Amino acid sequence: MLTVRDARVALGGHEALAGVDLDVEAGTIVAVLGPSGSGKSTLLRAIAGLQRLDGGSVTLGDRSLAGVPPHRRGIGLMFQDDALFPHRDVGANVAFGLRMQGVTRAAAAARVAELLALVGLGGREHRAVGSLSGGERKRVALARALAPAPRVLLLDEPLGALDRSLHDRLVVELRDLFDEIRQTALYVTHDVAEAFAIGTRVAVMREGSIVQVATPERLWAAPGDAWVARFIGLANIDERGAISFVTHPEGVVFRSNASGDAVVISAHRDGPLVTLRARYGDGREIVSAHTGLAPPTPGARVAVEIDPSAVVEVPTRAIVTASCPSDDDAVA
Amino acid sequence: MDTDRPALRRCWHVAAALLPAAFVALFFAFPLASILERGLTSEGGISLPTGTAGLLWFTTWQAAASTVLTLAAGLPLAWAIGRFRFRGRSLARALVLVPFVLPTVVVATAFLALLPEGHERGIWAILAAHVFFNVAVVTRIVGGAWATIDPASADAAAVLGAGPWRRAREVTLPQLAPALSASAALTFLFTFTSFGVILILGGPGRATLETEIYNRAARQFDLHAAAVLSLLQLGAVAVVLAVASILEARAGPASTLTDEGGVLRRPAGRERIVVATVLAVAASVLMLPLAVLVRRSIGSWGALFQETPALLVEPWQAAVYSVAFASLAALVALVVGGLAAMALARRPPGAVDGFVLLPLGASAVMLGFGFLIAFDEPPLDFRSSWWLVPVAQSLVAAPFVVRIVAPALRSIDPRLREVAATLGAAPARAWREVDLPLAGRAFAVAAGFAFAVALGEFGATVFVARAEQPTLPVAIFRFLGRPGTENQGLAAALAVVLAGIVVCAALAAERLADGREPSL
Repeated sequence: MLTVRDARVALGGHEALAGVDLDVEAGTIVAVLGPSGSGKSTLLRAIAGLQRLDGGSVTLGDRSLAGVPPHRRGIGLMFQDDALFPHRDVGANVAFGLRMQGVTRAAAAARVAELLALVGLGGREHRAVGSLSGGERKRVALARALAPAPRVLLLDEPLGALDRSLHDRLVVELRDLFDEIRQTALYVTHDVAEAFAIGTRVAVMREGSIVQVATPERLWAAPGDAWVARFIGLANIDERGAISFVTHPEGVVFRSNASGDAVVISAHRDGPLVTLRARYGDGREIVSAHTGLAPPTPGARVAVEIDPSAVVEVPTRAIVTASCPSDDDAVA
Repeated sequence: MDTDRPALRRCWHVAAALLPAAFVALFFAFPLASILERGLTSEGGISLPTGTAGLLWFTTWQAAASTVLTLAAGLPLAWAIGRFRFRGRSLARALVLVPFVLPTVVVATAFLALLPEGHERGIWAILAAHVFFNVAVVTRIVGGAWATIDPASADAAAVLGAGPWRRAREVTLPQLAPALSASAALTFLFTFTSFGVILILGGPGRATLETEIYNRAARQFDLHAAAVLSLLQLGAVAVVLAVASILEARAGPASTLTDEGGVLRRPAGRERIVVATVLAVAASVLMLPLAVLVRRSIGSWGALFQETPALLVEPWQAAVYSVAFASLAALVALVVGGLAAMALARRPPGAVDGFVLLPLGASAVMLGFGFLIAFDEPPLDFRSSWWLVPVAQSLVAAPFVVRIVAPALRSIDPRLREVAATLGAAPARAWREVDLPLAGRAFAVAAGFAFAVALGEFGATVFVARAEQPTLPVAIFRFLGRPGTENQGLAAALAVVLAGIVVCAALAAERLADGREPSL
């Protein structure tokens, strides 16, 4: 559906995009995940036509978007700060794209009502945008972006500035909604959990390049290199020159044992999961993910059991080439 | 549509920026260059006219004295309005602004009417009129800054053992300092280039650079001396302007702050008496000259419709010309200033903004004088062209338009345009759908302000207005220059008319602006 090939953008002498290749299949969501400054927003702006490419191409369907201005691309965009038009009410915000398409007033009104219902704001056409809560603003911005039925929807950290509970609720809603309408989307975020929750596939960006594209499961099971492993929150990374060994914490079990060779030094509970950290006699540390009701407490001496299948061997730093990166499980 | 292509779009941007540039080049830079040429090339070499040192000295010290007095008069008002919440506060804020939008000729006429019969015109009348005018500057800037000072900082000082005097000196004053210096600099600039007030109230022997340029050029036809004085004025204004803009930039956007409600409190105890006294004194002092003006005009209204030896037309017709010229000037200023503001808004605020300020401070008299000597021979012989008046007025008004519109355009989130683009709006459409409605309020205010400025414009208009098409300020000036109470009465009556139109225009702009505000 959307194809990006060798996209390059130089911003102020620095390569914001250093040859990016990316494919977004129809009806799927690709989450672009990376730390700030990795070029993900630049990639989004380049696809939307708001940032000129210094090299490479963007193709939508079988149509090249070279030289096509943003208002002719049929690509929707949702910003982190919503960018609602302050001088228009909710209905007029949502109807904006329809008006630009020359849709009749009645048809636009019907479509606006349909979309507001879809995002859970049915009947609020005449609310002023200034009176909306943070969550409602997101919903209006989403409805507005979806109204002209863009072939691809781009979302730039759309849930960035929300409080956590609202954030978590909206992530689920977004995913369900996109599945329901089979929306093709590119979703930029720096939040690993969000990327995993929303993306059919996740593209990890670093310094203007895509390091790895994979399903969340695959990404977690086999990170492209030690940097990716660390970025997505994996611990137990043992770097040995060009090769690193990553031991998944869920494959590590601490058994209380008075003659064990490690001592638990911390335990943090986050919901059902307890993250335990233990230190060996030689100073090395290891992290275990525990889901039981009675985890070992700090100070307890434990024996460490490691499931061999939880250990993966990865390059310490993958060499990123301009060619298509590892894409071993392109999704149906 | 071809306008979508980036190259063509850039062309369009350039063209839109070129129009105001060309306008300013022809009607501002060229007259200025003519002055430069006239001043620097002369058979006798460059020589300062006799008495220049005294002129410069008087210009400077009257401006300095005016500034000090204005600060002294404005601070209590700034304190009352910036610190306290009371019924009618917004009305008081608006009323304080009234003198500032009044044309100089009206204010000068009012103070002339205030002087006892036969009393010598002179320095005190000038200083009083300057204070009357600029008290609004101090009150708005300093009052605005005062309203943003967190009272917690004074409370913290009090807890740490500082008495009221100490608190004022060590906590409040330092926080007010940028606003104080900015308003002082602006007041100095305005009074340094003051023309109408000094020409009318100064009487013989009380000349500043600005009025002397007029005297030399229009009364003695000594164009060389006028040109040399203009250059001197230009240099002096450049210095004052540079200092003023530095100080103003340091003060920050104090006057645009809207969230001051939390800091204001009701006056308590003795403060009530002090605040009430300050407001009462200010109200009476600000209203007195206008009241006297109205009283002086009584009995002369009928004469507005009779022929008079002072003018080639019946006095009331000056109002018609004034409104017609000012409307046209406001339109031109809105287009030229609006395009300039759009060009400026595309880049971050900075040095370029200063250049736009230049005409504002470069003295209207110099502009009028420049017109006089620049457009006097073919192919640019416009001396008998009526449209020089609105053009001159629009040049004086355009910088105000830029200063009002550019920040409004700049404050529009560029993402709104980008969203509009991704929703299918071509650039021109996006501008119409996003920028225009969001900056609509600023455009309306700018239009009203430009109209008011053009209507009251005197320094440039007095050079280019034709005798059979006088504007109100020019007509008032003619009447004031003639002896007899009938002429003084007619001047007062026309001044009341002028003040009435200006205030109505300002109110209409406010009303229009409010209507455009997103009411939803």
